[in-house]
Amino acid sequence: MTEPDKKIMKDNTVILHTAALALLPLQLLFSVFLLLRGHDEPGGGFIAGLVGAGAVVLYLFAHGVDATRRIIRFDPRDLLGIGLLLGTVSAFPALLRGEPFLTAQWWIFDLAGTEIKLSTVLVFDIGVYFAVVGTILTVVVSLTEAEE
Amino acid sequence: MLYAVLSGFLLAALVPLVHRSAGQFTGWLLALLPAALTVYFASFVPLISGGEVLGQQWTWFPGMDIHLGFTLDGLSLLFALLISFIGTFVLIYAGGYLKGHPDLGRFYIVMLSFMASMLGLVLSDNLVALFVFWELTSITSYLLIGFNHESEKARKCALQGLFVSVIGGFFLLVGIMLLGIYGGSFSIVELLNSSEDWFSAAPLTLLILCILGGTFTKSAQFPFHFWLPNAMAAPTPVSAYLHSATMVKAGVYLMARLNPMFGEEMLWTVMLTLFGGVTMFVGAWLAYTHTDAKKVLAYSTVMALGTLTMLIGIGTEYAMIAFAAFLLGHSLYKGALFMVAGSIDHEAGTKDLTKLGGMRSLMPWTAGAALLAALSLAGVPPLFGFIGKELMLEAVLSAGPLQGLVVALAVVSAMMTAAIAAVVALKPFYGPRVETPKQPHEAPLAMLAGPVVLAAVSLLFGLLPGVPETLLVTAAVTAVAGMPLDFYLSLWHGFNLPLLLSVVGLTGGAILYRYWDRTREPLERLMTRLDRFAPETGYFRALDGIIWLCDWQTRILQNGKMGNYMIVLVMTTVVIVGYTLAAQHGIQFTLDWQDINFYELAIVALLMVTAVYATTTRSRLGAVATMGVLGFMVALIFILFSAPDLGITQVLVETLTVILLVLVLFRLPGFARYSTLFEILRDGFVAVSFGALMTVLILATLDARMFEPISSYFVEAAYPEALGRNIVNVILVDFRSLDTLGELFVLGIAALGVYSMLKLRAEKLND
Repeated sequence: MTEPDKKIMKDNTVILHTAALALLPLQLLFSVFLLLRGHDEPGGGFIAGLVGAGAVVLYLFAHGVDATRRIIRFDPRDLLGIGLLLGTVSAFPALLRGEPFLTAQWWIFDLAGTEIKLSTVLVFDIGVYFAVVGTILTVVVSLTEAEE
Repeated sequence: MLYAVLSGFLLAALVPLVHRSAGQFTGWLLALLPAALTVYFASFVPLISGGEVLGQQWTWFPGMDIHLGFTLDGLSLLFALLISFIGTFVLIYAGGYLKGHPDLGRFYIVMLSFMASMLGLVLSDNLVALFVFWELTSITSYLLIGFNHESEKARKCALQGLFVSVIGGFFLLVGIMLLGIYGGSFSIVELLNSSEDWFSAAPLTLLILCILGGTFTKSAQFPFHFWLPNAMAAPTPVSAYLHSATMVKAGVYLMARLNPMFGEEMLWTVMLTLFGGVTMFVGAWLAYTHTDAKKVLAYSTVMALGTLTMLIGIGTEYAMIAFAAFLLGHSLYKGALFMVAGSIDHEAGTKDLTKLGGMRSLMPWTAGAALLAALSLAGVPPLFGFIGKELMLEAVLSAGPLQGLVVALAVVSAMMTAAIAAVVALKPFYGPRVETPKQPHEAPLAMLAGPVVLAAVSLLFGLLPGVPETLLVTAAVTAVAGMPLDFYLSLWHGFNLPLLLSVVGLTGGAILYRYWDRTREPLERLMTRLDRFAPETGYFRALDGIIWLCDWQTRILQNGKMGNYMIVLVMTTVVIVGYTLAAQHGIQFTLDWQDINFYELAIVALLMVTAVYATTTRSRLGAVATMGVLGFMVALIFILFSAPDLGITQVLVETLTVILLVLVLFRLPGFARYSTLFEILRDGFVAVSFGALMTVLILATLDARMFEPISSYFVEAAYPEALGRNIVNVILVDFRSLDTLGELFVLGIAALGVYSMLKLRAEKLND
């Protein structure tokens, strides 16, 4: 395949280029926001993961695989592994307290007047987030690399 | 006892550290654990020989009556001592035998894991736990037989051993389940103590056959005996330990363990006596026809396993005593002989008995140990093996209905055993010196300790039969017989029939040894001619059959055409669900058009248009884009019916799907019509019937609400129990988090699948 549109990923469209640069942090921030509010409002690890992955994919379309690999630093497969690890790890604290596997453990305290709720559920949700991001990026990066 | 079992696994995990710092002394260092375990178990001897039974229990799966329960009685103590005592010397021996081998560390790991599994097996009181340890020994055995994994033969033999014992293990599992269901408990102690009223209700024949399926394969009984000689592909320490002294006795152990329960059953006694007797004979016969020292020993192990099985089957008092004495004697001399065979191989460079001779002066200690052990194998006084054999002959004479047959088999086997004992121990060391590939030297200390100590113990126990009797045998016999028996072991039983048979056996053995060179070859030729009737040929036939079947069904079902998979999946669903729906509910629903809004109608209209467009368009990009539109419409519906989370997810998934599709589209050739008219119509039919089914199904579901929907529970419980107001998320990460965890792993596997597919393809292109 030698048609010119082969390079669709790395076309120097200035607008996309710049927009991706500006949007990436915003989207990632938004994904973290969705992740953390997920337990009470629409959001959660899965949705946040999709948004986060979308952010990186947009960057990838504008700047190419190498640049993307540089900014995410981790291999997408490692992100996937981290996600699975967090998900699994969050299942164990319940055992220490003699409760069935995966029972949610909460740690609620007051920090400077704000109620902070930490829990194994949050760890689990973060695991979901990383697993989703890792999965999508693994697939997209592999496909793009196969392209080049 | 739990810690005694776990310590082996723990040490196995630490081996890399130990091996790195201890170097060539690792074997000695690691052997401290089994040595300590020997002392630990020996400390129970006074208690157990006093008739006590110790039990300990840790809960594991309380809901399913599965516990890590351990029982220490005479039988398990005898086994535990053998495992840890012989294990000590095998670890030391391995350090010398495999000195400098690059994978020595891995060898220790698997060996220690095996030892721990074997201890778990003989100590477990719970049948399910026993089964877990049973399979662990199969797996570690597989890894050890295939230790020289670069040799194709070793891999094949390892796989054969694994297949045979795992298929047997499957039957055993069924047997255990039946025992648990009908007997009402998985605990061996409880089962043995329960009245046997449940026998009448249970499918006893099936149960016994299933259990024997497990024990016969594990203990290499005819016709499953062929895997054991092939397992000799393993390094010699493995053969000495797993395939003679310990693992292959697991089946015998379980039969002995369950004997008090089934001992009265006709099927049990006949099966055990008959198959045990035949195995004994076949083992001795095949041992006589082989020339490879390890194979000869392996077949004589088959002979011994057959003898033990037969003795359990005979089931008289004498048989029980003979069982315990023979078991102890065999483990001692066979472990020693295997190590000797390994030393010969190691020093002389060959283990073909026809190519060895006259090495006595070069390896005096090894020769001495070999002589003692072989005398015990042949059953010559004053070695302990003599006592075992005398008792065995005495037991055979009381064998009930099959007496004539088993006596004949036993005497012939005794002759051949005596002959092969002489062949193994005398040929390499006595007679004229034969040139060997390597110039032999005396084996190093590590490789002498095992054979010398084990052979010496054989002699000691023979001279002082009261020692093993009071310490070990009495309690073991009590456990196998299910009641205490009064007896004593001695070398001299007076002039009686067993003694006469013994003399006949030894004389016959001497004659057979004299003519071994001349009679062996014709017999071997005969056996080669009989090969196609051998059980092993059946094994290979079955294996080929399975491969053929897999090949055939893969070609039919897994032909790699996406379209076919879809049709099969969808039509199966349509037929099964459709049939159930029509049969259980009838195709009926009520349509209520009243509260439909105009924008809902608009969305539906758009949905239909895009669906039709997506299926008919000739532009791929167009199809992808319209599929995207379709997804967004669905998301809109979710949001309209107040499911924002679903809506958001749908939008995001659609977006990413379109992106992924675009990436893939890029690689496809130009659009073309590949389908014939028939295929188009067929696909259309499949699609329409699936759509129709789903529509009817959903409408019917709305109609027939038989239970309170679970969603109301989630709505109520979400905040009080899970501290979350977003029900969807609470379900995902709390109420049903195990499902989510599973899904995450599915995602991960899918991603790795895509990754490896693309990666492999790229590598292939580069090549």
